[in-house]
Amino acid sequence: MITNMYQENILDHYKHPRNFGDLPNAKFHAHAANPLCGDELDFFLEFNTDDKISNVKFNGRGCTITIASASMLSEKLRGMSRSDIEIFSNEDAIKLLGVPITPARLKCATLALETVQQAIGHH
Amino acid sequence: MKNIFPDFPIFKTNPGLIYLDSAASAQKPQAVIDAEKNFYETSYANVHRGIYALSEKATELYEGSRETVRKFINAKSTKEIIFVRGATEGINLIAHSFGQQLRKDDVILLSEMEHHANIVPWQALATPSPLRGAPPAAGGAVLRWIPVTESGDLDLTNIDELLKGVKLVAVTQMSNVLGTVNDVQFLADKAHAVGAKILVDGAQSVPHMPVDVQKLNCDFLVFSGHKMLGPTGIGVVYIKQEILETMEPYQRGGNMILEVKKNSATWNGLPYKFEAGTPNIAGAIGLGAAIDYLQDVGMEKIWEHEQDLVKYGLAQFSVLKGVRVLGADATSARSAIFAFDIDGVHPHDIGSILDQQNIAVRAGHHCAQPLHEKFGLVATARASCYLYNTKEDIDVLVAGIKKVQETFT
Repeated sequence: MITNMYQENILDHYKHPRNFGDLPNAKFHAHAANPLCGDELDFFLEFNTDDKISNVKFNGRGCTITIASASMLSEKLRGMSRSDIEIFSNEDAIKLLGVPITPARLKCATLALETVQQAIGHH
Repeated sequence: MKNIFPDFPIFKTNPGLIYLDSAASAQKPQAVIDAEKNFYETSYANVHRGIYALSEKATELYEGSRETVRKFINAKSTKEIIFVRGATEGINLIAHSFGQQLRKDDVILLSEMEHHANIVPWQALATPSPLRGAPPAAGGAVLRWIPVTESGDLDLTNIDELLKGVKLVAVTQMSNVLGTVNDVQFLADKAHAVGAKILVDGAQSVPHMPVDVQKLNCDFLVFSGHKMLGPTGIGVVYIKQEILETMEPYQRGGNMILEVKKNSATWNGLPYKFEAGTPNIAGAIGLGAAIDYLQDVGMEKIWEHEQDLVKYGLAQFSVLKGVRVLGADATSARSAIFAFDIDGVHPHDIGSILDQQNIAVRAGHHCAQPLHEKFGLVATARASCYLYNTKEDIDVLVAGIKKVQETFT
C-alpha cells in the first residue's frame, strides 16, 4: 500500500523542530542512536517540584520521521510525570505523528521515545 | 537485446513497478519459477540415496545443474562446484575450512569496498576465540586493507607492499555500492607471485558479466543464485580442486561421509564432502534454469545493455543539482549501480518518497559500513539495474528524485 508519510505538519516539524537545543544543566539526559542509518538524538529533561516535566530540549540528526517525532514528543512531554512517560507506548508515539508509518520506518518513529525513556530510567 | 520484460510475472502483478534494487535481489523469470514447480510436481525425491527411478531422476536434475554452473563459470570439473545457501555461506565455508590452514600473523588482504559478508567471517580468524577446536589462526591472523580512492577504485599503487606476508587475498569483483569492476585477474597474478591464494566475491559480478574462473585464475569464487534470477537459498562456491583436496569439511553429517563408525568417519569424494545433509535440490534446479535463461539472453548482451544504462544514468544524474553519485564516471569499468545522496535529504526519506511513486530503491549502508565511513557517509540511497531495466526507468527515477527535492524545499 502506498501511503503518504510526508504531510505538511510532519515536514513543518522536520524543518522547524520545536524545543530544539540543549539544556546543559538538566539532570535527566540520554543519547540514543540508530547505527543503521546514523540517526541520533539527545533529550534533556527538567522536572518541577511536582515531579512533572517543566522543560525539555532535544538535539540530534535524522530523517524526517525521526526529527518530526522528536519535535512532537517534546511538545507533548511538558507536564507529564515520570510514570506517564513510562507507560507511553510505541503505539502512542506513532499515533502522535498522525500519519501511517510503514514497517521499515517504525524504528525512526520510536527513537525519540526510546531516548526519553532512557533519560528517566538511567538516572 | 530482446524484450524480456514479459518473462517476469512480478511486473504483471505489480503494474507500474520500477524495480531498481537488483543488487539486493533480482526478480525471477517464469522459466525459473516453472523449473522449481515442475520439479516438485513431476520429479521430486531426495538425491544420491534411493535405488528407485524418481530419486535417480532428481539426482540427474540436481547434478545437471552443477554441470550447468560448471560450464557457466568455465570450471575444469564439477568436483570444484559446491552448492551452498549463497555467497555469504560460501565465504563462511572458506573461512572455516581453508581458514584452518592459516597461522598466526598470516595476513588476509581485503579491500575497503567489501560487503560485510567478505569482512566479518575474516574478523573471526583475527579475533581471539575461547572455543575449543578454534582454527589455529584464531587470535593470530591479521586483516589488511587495500584502500579505495576518492573516485571509487582500488588504490593499487602500493600493492607489492600490501602483499607482504599475505596468505589470502579476498576481494569483490564488482562493488555492490560503487559498481566498480576490479581487475581481479591482475590481483590473482600478484597474489600468486607471493604464494597467496585469492578469493573473488562474485555476488555482484557473476549475474552481470561473463566470468571465467580459469581466465581469472582465481582460487575461490562465491556467488548467490537470488541475485542472478535464481531462487533464494542457493549459491555456489567454486574452489580449485588442488586446494579443495587439502581442506577439511565445513559441516558434518549425512551425504558428506563415505563410512561412519561409532567413533570415526571417512569423507565422501568431491564435491560431496562439502555438502552435508539434504541439499537445496529445487533451488539448485532453479539456479540451473536461471543460468540457462541468462545464457539464452547472453551475458555479453546483458553487460552491454547495462553499460548503456550506466552511461545514460550518469549523464542524467550529472545535471541534477544537489545530487551526488558515488563511484567512478562512465569511462571506468563500472556497472549500473547508482549509490547517491541528495543535499539536505536523509536516505530513508529518499527511499520512502520514491516508494510512494512505486520506485523501489534501497536506502542504508548496503552492508558496506566501512566503505560509507571512508566517504564520510552513514548511508546512501541506491538504485541498481538489471537486464529488465530500461532508460525509461531511469527517467522515472530522475523525475522521482526531483519530487523528493521539491518535498524539502
